[in-house]
Amino acid sequence: MSDALLRYVLRLGDTALVTAQRMIERVAGEPELEEELANANFALDYIGQARMLYTYAGELDGNGADEDHFAFRRDAQQFRNLLIAEQPNGHFGDAIVRQFLFESFYVLLLNALAQCSDARLAEIAVRAEKEVRYHLRYAMQWLVRLGDGTEESHARVQASLDEFWRYTGEFFTGDDVDAHLRREYAGPDLTAIAEEWRKNVAAVLAEATLTAPADVHMVDGGRAGRHSEHFGFLVAEMQHLQRSYPGASW
Amino acid sequence: MYTQGLDQKTKTSDKPGPLEGPEQLAEFQARVDAEEKIEAKDWMPEAYRRTLVRQISQHAHSEIIGMQPEGNWLTRAPSLKRKAILLAKVQDEAGHGLYLYSAGETLGVSRDQMVADLLAGRAKYSSIFNYPTLTWADIGAIGWLVDGAAIMNQIPLCRCSYGPYARAMVRICKEESFHQRQGFEIMLELSKGTDAQKEMAQDAFNRWWWPSLMMFGPGDKDSKHSAQSMAWKIKRFSNDELRQKFVDVTVPQAQFLGLRVPDDDLHYNDETGHYDFGEIDWQEFLDVLAGNGPCNRQRMAQRTRAHEDGQWVRDAARAYAARQRAKAA
Repeated sequence: MSDALLRYVLRLGDTALVTAQRMIERVAGEPELEEELANANFALDYIGQARMLYTYAGELDGNGADEDHFAFRRDAQQFRNLLIAEQPNGHFGDAIVRQFLFESFYVLLLNALAQCSDARLAEIAVRAEKEVRYHLRYAMQWLVRLGDGTEESHARVQASLDEFWRYTGEFFTGDDVDAHLRREYAGPDLTAIAEEWRKNVAAVLAEATLTAPADVHMVDGGRAGRHSEHFGFLVAEMQHLQRSYPGASW
Repeated sequence: MYTQGLDQKTKTSDKPGPLEGPEQLAEFQARVDAEEKIEAKDWMPEAYRRTLVRQISQHAHSEIIGMQPEGNWLTRAPSLKRKAILLAKVQDEAGHGLYLYSAGETLGVSRDQMVADLLAGRAKYSSIFNYPTLTWADIGAIGWLVDGAAIMNQIPLCRCSYGPYARAMVRICKEESFHQRQGFEIMLELSKGTDAQKEMAQDAFNRWWWPSLMMFGPGDKDSKHSAQSMAWKIKRFSNDELRQKFVDVTVPQAQFLGLRVPDDDLHYNDETGHYDFGEIDWQEFLDVLAGNGPCNRQRMAQRTRAHEDGQWVRDAARAYAARQRAKAA
C-alpha cells in the first residue's frame, strides 16, 4: 500500500474542506453577531487545514497536483470525507451538535497524529489541534447552554443529537489505510480514541442534561466515496467556476 | 463598509432640547473647533447625539447587510485562496459591525434597539447593498469600487469629533484598505485572463460604477445635513468633493485594468486638473433608497429571518445565564 499516506492525508483534507463549506453556507444567518464571527473564524481554520493537507497530498502524489486540483477538479465520489461533515446544516443547534460530536473526535485524532512518525503530517496536526481545541470549547459551551436552556432549546438539541449520532460510528471503524498508518507511522489508535471520546462526550452531555441515543444503527461509507444525496450539490456549487471555465486562472 | 447616512432626511427634530442654553452650545462648539475629542460622558447637544446615532447605526447596519452580497459567492469562490480571503473579508465586516454597534452604545442606545430599528425599517443601510452580485467579477468590483468609495468617506471620519467613533474608524480603515486591494487584485487577474473573464470584469464594472458614485450621497446643493455635520466636525469634506476625488483616483485604475468607464461624458479637464463626468441618475438612487432596488426585499428578508431563527437560541442563552446566576447567589 504505497499510497496509504496520500489517501490518509486526502481524507483529512476532504473532511476539513467539506466542514468549512457547510460552515460558510451559514454566513449571515447566525443568531448573534458574536456567533457570526466565531463561525467564520472556524471555517477559515478549516480552509487553512484543507490547504495544508492538499498541498502535502500534491507533493506525495508527485504529479504536480496543487491544492485546487483536489478541491475543484475531482468529482463527488472521489471525495473521502466523513459523512457527518456533509450533512445539511439545519438550525443553529444542529450545527453545534455536529461540531461538538465531530470535534470531540477530531481533537483526539489530531493529538495522536501530532505524535506520528511522518514529520510533515505531525506538524500540520499540531497546528490544527490548537485551532480545534478552541472550536470544541465553543461548541461545548453552546451545547450546555442549549441543552440546559429553555424547554424548546433542550428539545431541539436532543433531536439534533438523535439525528447526528448515527454518523459517529464511522469515526472509529477504521480500514486498511488506518491500519497502515498505525503500523508504519505510529498513527492513531482508534480503539483508544473511541474510549476516550465516549467518556468525554458522556460528561458534556450530562452537564447539558442531554441523553445519548441508544441502539442506533450507524451509517458508514464516507471513506469508500459513498456519500449522501446532498453531497453532489455541495460539490457542484463549490466547483461551478472551475468547471465552467476550465484552465482559467483566478 | 460605508456610510451614507449623513444626508438623509430624518423624522426626529434637530432643534435644541430645553436644557441646551446658548452658552452651553457655544462652549461645546468651542471644544469642537479646538479639535478636542468629545467623549461618551461629556455633555453634547441632543441633535449632535442623534446625528451620530443615526450615522453610526446606519454604518453598522451597512456592514451587516453588506455581508450578504459578498457571502453570496463564498461557496462558489474559484480557488481555496480566494475563498479564504473573501471569508476573512466578510468576517471583518461582522467585526466592523460589532465595533460600530459598540460605538453607538456609548451614545445611550442599545444594540438590540438599533437592530430593532433596522428590522422595523426605521433605520437605513447603505443602498449599494441592494444591488446583486451576479458573477465572480462582482466580488472584485465591490472590493475595488465600493470599498474604495467607502475609504474615501471613512478616512476623514478617523478625525471625527466624537472620540469613540473616530477610534473605531481608525481600525476599520486599515482593514478596508486591505479589502480594496483584494478587490483590485481580483479585477487584475480577470483583466489578464481569458476573453470570457475580461468580459465578466467589464460587465461588473458597468453595473457597479454608477451606484458607487451614488454612495457619496446627494450633490452638495441637495444635501440636507451637511452644513451642521461640517460645523460639528463629524463630516470634513462635502459629498461632491469626495465623489470627485474618487473619480480622479479610480479612472486611471480602470485604464490600467483595460476597462472602459461606462460614461460617454467622462473626460480629463486640463484646466481643473480633474475628470469631468456625466450626470448621475438620481432617480435610480431615490428608487433604491425608497426600497425599490433589485435586492432590498431580499436583503431585509434574510436579515429578519436570521434574527427570528435565532430567537430560541438567544432565549436559551439568557435562561441558562439566569439559572447560573441564581445558583451562584
